[in-house]
Amino acid sequence: MDFLFASIIDGLLLGFVYGIAAMGLTLIWGVMNVINLAHGPIIALGMFGVYLIFTGLGVNPYIGVVLVAVLGLLLGMLIYYIAVHRVINAPHLSTLLATFSINMIIIGLGTAVFSASPRNVDFSLGSMTLGPITLLGSRVVAAVASLLITGGLYAFLYKTRQGRYIRAVANNRDAAELMGVPSTKILALSFGLGTMLASVAGALIATFFPFTILAGGVYELKSFVIGVLGGLGNPIGALFGGLILGVLEGIIPTFMPTTWVPVLEFVLFVLILLVRPQGIFGAKK
Amino acid sequence: MKRSITLLLVLLLAMGALLTACGGSADTPAEEPAPAADTSADTSADTTAEEPAAAEPAAEEVTLTIGFTASQTGKQNVSSTRQVNGLNLWMKDVNDAGGLVLSDGTVVKFTAVTYDDESNTDRVQELYTRIATEDNADFLISPYSSGLTAAAAVIAEQYGKVMITTGAASDSAYKQGYTQVYQAYTPASRYLTGAVDLLASLDPDAKKVAFVYENSKFSTSVVEAAKAYAEEQGYDVVLFEGYDPETTDFGPFINKIEDAAPDAILGGGHFQDGSTFARQINEKNIDVKFFTLLVAPPEPDFADLGDAALGVIGPSQWEPLAAFTPDSAKEAGLDWYGPLGDEFVSRYEAAYDGEEPSYHSAGGYAAGLILEKAILDADSVDPEAVHAVLENMDLLLFFGHIKFDTSPEAHGLQIGHSMVYIQWQDDGSGNLAKQVVWPMEGATADTLYPKP
Amino acid sequence: MSGIRKYLGLILAIVVVLAMAAWPVINGKDITREVVFTMLLSVGLASSLNILLGYTGYVSFGHVVFFGLGGYVGFYLMAVHDWSLWTAMIAGGLASAALAFLLGKAILRLRGGYFALATIGVNEAVRAFINNFDPFGGPVGMSLNFQVYKNYGGGAREALWMSFYILVALTLLITVVTYMVRSSKFGLGLLAIREDEDAAEVMGVIAPNAKTWAYVLSAVFPGILGVLFFFKNGNIEPAPAFRLQMSIEMIVMVMLGGQGTVLGPILGGAGYQRLRGFLLTNPLFKNIQLAVAGVLLLVIVLFVPAGVVGWVRQRFPKLRRVLQ
Repeated sequence: MDFLFASIIDGLLLGFVYGIAAMGLTLIWGVMNVINLAHGPIIALGMFGVYLIFTGLGVNPYIGVVLVAVLGLLLGMLIYYIAVHRVINAPHLSTLLATFSINMIIIGLGTAVFSASPRNVDFSLGSMTLGPITLLGSRVVAAVASLLITGGLYAFLYKTRQGRYIRAVANNRDAAELMGVPSTKILALSFGLGTMLASVAGALIATFFPFTILAGGVYELKSFVIGVLGGLGNPIGALFGGLILGVLEGIIPTFMPTTWVPVLEFVLFVLILLVRPQGIFGAKK
Repeated sequence: MKRSITLLLVLLLAMGALLTACGGSADTPAEEPAPAADTSADTSADTTAEEPAAAEPAAEEVTLTIGFTASQTGKQNVSSTRQVNGLNLWMKDVNDAGGLVLSDGTVVKFTAVTYDDESNTDRVQELYTRIATEDNADFLISPYSSGLTAAAAVIAEQYGKVMITTGAASDSAYKQGYTQVYQAYTPASRYLTGAVDLLASLDPDAKKVAFVYENSKFSTSVVEAAKAYAEEQGYDVVLFEGYDPETTDFGPFINKIEDAAPDAILGGGHFQDGSTFARQINEKNIDVKFFTLLVAPPEPDFADLGDAALGVIGPSQWEPLAAFTPDSAKEAGLDWYGPLGDEFVSRYEAAYDGEEPSYHSAGGYAAGLILEKAILDADSVDPEAVHAVLENMDLLLFFGHIKFDTSPEAHGLQIGHSMVYIQWQDDGSGNLAKQVVWPMEGATADTLYPKP
Repeated sequence: MSGIRKYLGLILAIVVVLAMAAWPVINGKDITREVVFTMLLSVGLASSLNILLGYTGYVSFGHVVFFGLGGYVGFYLMAVHDWSLWTAMIAGGLASAALAFLLGKAILRLRGGYFALATIGVNEAVRAFINNFDPFGGPVGMSLNFQVYKNYGGGAREALWMSFYILVALTLLITVVTYMVRSSKFGLGLLAIREDEDAAEVMGVIAPNAKTWAYVLSAVFPGILGVLFFFKNGNIEPAPAFRLQMSIEMIVMVMLGGQGTVLGPILGGAGYQRLRGFLLTNPLFKNIQLAVAGVLLLVIVLFVPAGVVGWVRQRFPKLRRVLQ
């Protein structure tokens, strides 16, 4: 039973970071109804950002995370203006493919520059043992950082003018425009925030897992699952969705082979889409 | 009405023109990339040297084309590149030495033709068909990985081209009735059996073993064979479980291992998951005496893990420290052929900016050597003569012993070569160094046991 | 005369497929056969997907699940139970159709992005399941003994040519089916769903049924093609069989040629594969071929969203009868 408890703690800590990654996806979905298929590669870029800053410049990875966040925001706005803006009102297929083409471009250039070889940020904050539980410093920090980021995002969305604009655009873009909200800028900002969250999640993951340029794909799929669990478009739901997924990943291996984890995850994903597409925490439409 | 028929005609004509244009352009890129895709510029220099030589009737020179695909992109990119580097180095060495000289004075040189398979099976057959029919490759080398090799083997067999496989360890590809495919690597079924022997020699009391492995073709074949072997030896397999290839968090899995409390952990998969797994085992302070992983530990990059690498054991197809020499060949009653291990290492490092060769690199070089020796022994470039020599090949290279199964059930399976096992140890000055710990006769250090 | 006029669109599509098929037959080169095999496989997959994507507007992002599942079922029957390729192909097609039928009623209720996400989930779930399913070899997959090819006319070479001819026949069949669907009442119902599903229901289209049958139709052929592809490939493993990337490539091909048209996916599939083949082997692009392909895709999505055929139809209305 001890190891069940230990696994739940492991899952919870990781779940916070999953939550941040999914928050990026779900924010973009909520504001502009776009599924960002470049989500995975952006997470991978976040990982490489920290890696380059840490191994190249020798800067503490947590300072690296802040730098990555800024770069992620700018990159996201750039992607919005180049690839998304023109098709923002087109059918879903267009935005899916537009973001997917960004995916191909990032992966293509990334493989050419970094190759697909694994990287490792050799940085450790040690660990702490409490009875059966071993807490890893880097994961605890990542979980705390995720909570702070979530708090920050909420403060931004609810306390600042830009944040209110974002919520207004998410609610009803036409009405917001009539009210004088500069919708294009706000959409670009939202897209930027989404990619910022994705790249920060990648940066945090890089402090405890090795990775390659292709590593983002797994987290992209997890983000879909989490986004749906928590209700697409609902950032706080994404955090809870992340925790649920983390705990499931912790619990399932204790009573069945670990390889069944993805089977159950995706079956659950499809089921939730069918039964409760607004997510566990979403309000009934 | 007339108008629409005219229109249709015009369209059809346009379509026809387009298709012929396609046809034309289809053939041009087919020929163009052959030299361009060649990653070793050095060999193309030799190709040009061919013409003046051919004009001289004194020494006839033939240039054989060696064809293969490389994973220049995709997830196999790293290992595949090392393999191709090794192969290209072999080609350069042979050509720089003036080629192979047959008894009738014919000089044999080599050139490579290669394409990117993107680490995907989708196009492997198309590309190998191109290599076999358009580029007229004389001999083939396999892609990296068992899955891609299985697809390529169908084509090799179809065109009756000899294919030396390297980087393709799964046994199953050699049990499908192929007659042209020869394996340079120790097959998956014997990858980990030596580790079980090593454990037995270290600690007869350690009986509880856990097999934990990546749920993929190669690693599953390895651990299934190793598990059967371990049970035969009287081991108690307390956990036998796979993890998904996409796994990044081994936390819950490791907790489960801890619960089973094994003396030894054997398994792993490829580099990425293996290094992640090793790192997390270390972070969680799991108390295990013996820890063996596939693929990852022999890679020089594994040292990046720092403390987590210390004490980890890994099976390797070849190690710079494993000294096979003409003397050891004599002792074993085998023919020796090719360069010494440290000659290979120094040439490789010189050719690739000091990059340390891994066993993938050595495998690529060895695949070339096998072909070279077979051509020399056959004293001919005729594929059938070379094929006949390969059937009876029994020799020692710096890479190890090479001998192929010739039974119809498992034709081409490697039966001579065996693994060496390395362990990352402290070299005394606080740095990590690889030591060979098994087999005993090749060991360069005692095994660090139990694992620190 | 008017009979021919009526079928000009179909005739043109068939002529294009036949022209591609004739190319290796005329020059007799094995490599041309392989190149055209890759192209026709894409044409077949893209045209199948078009029945759903182009006609109903539902974006199936995980369509490769039908290719993989059909391939697996057929391969299992061939490798383990010694079935012939023919019966295995039928079984593979039926397996995919059955999956589509079962899924259809449930997930086709979802619209837009939700449907796309659900299809991704289905593909990943099936892939992960097969990875754990021992009768299908689990992660190791299955292999065909080389002797099997000798049952199809002598040797592997004959078997490969035969695979090619089967593929040609299948591609023609798919072309005819997509044409028939488009010009039938059923097809009009589907198009109505694409324009406005609620309005279509009001007009008397029983949308759930129509969508499900479109889904089933679009799944049958990928299942059969999967059996053929893996038969020729000689082995099957979970990761290559359920490669999400391949689903997305199928969508790109449909987009490139023009969704909702008969000719579009044919040109799109062939064109996409030729382009990829060119980029892959071109010394200038081969290191960044993926990025170049991405840029091209982006340009098409942003500036020519109707695809080649759609664009021509818009610019030259006179050609609409011919380009369907």
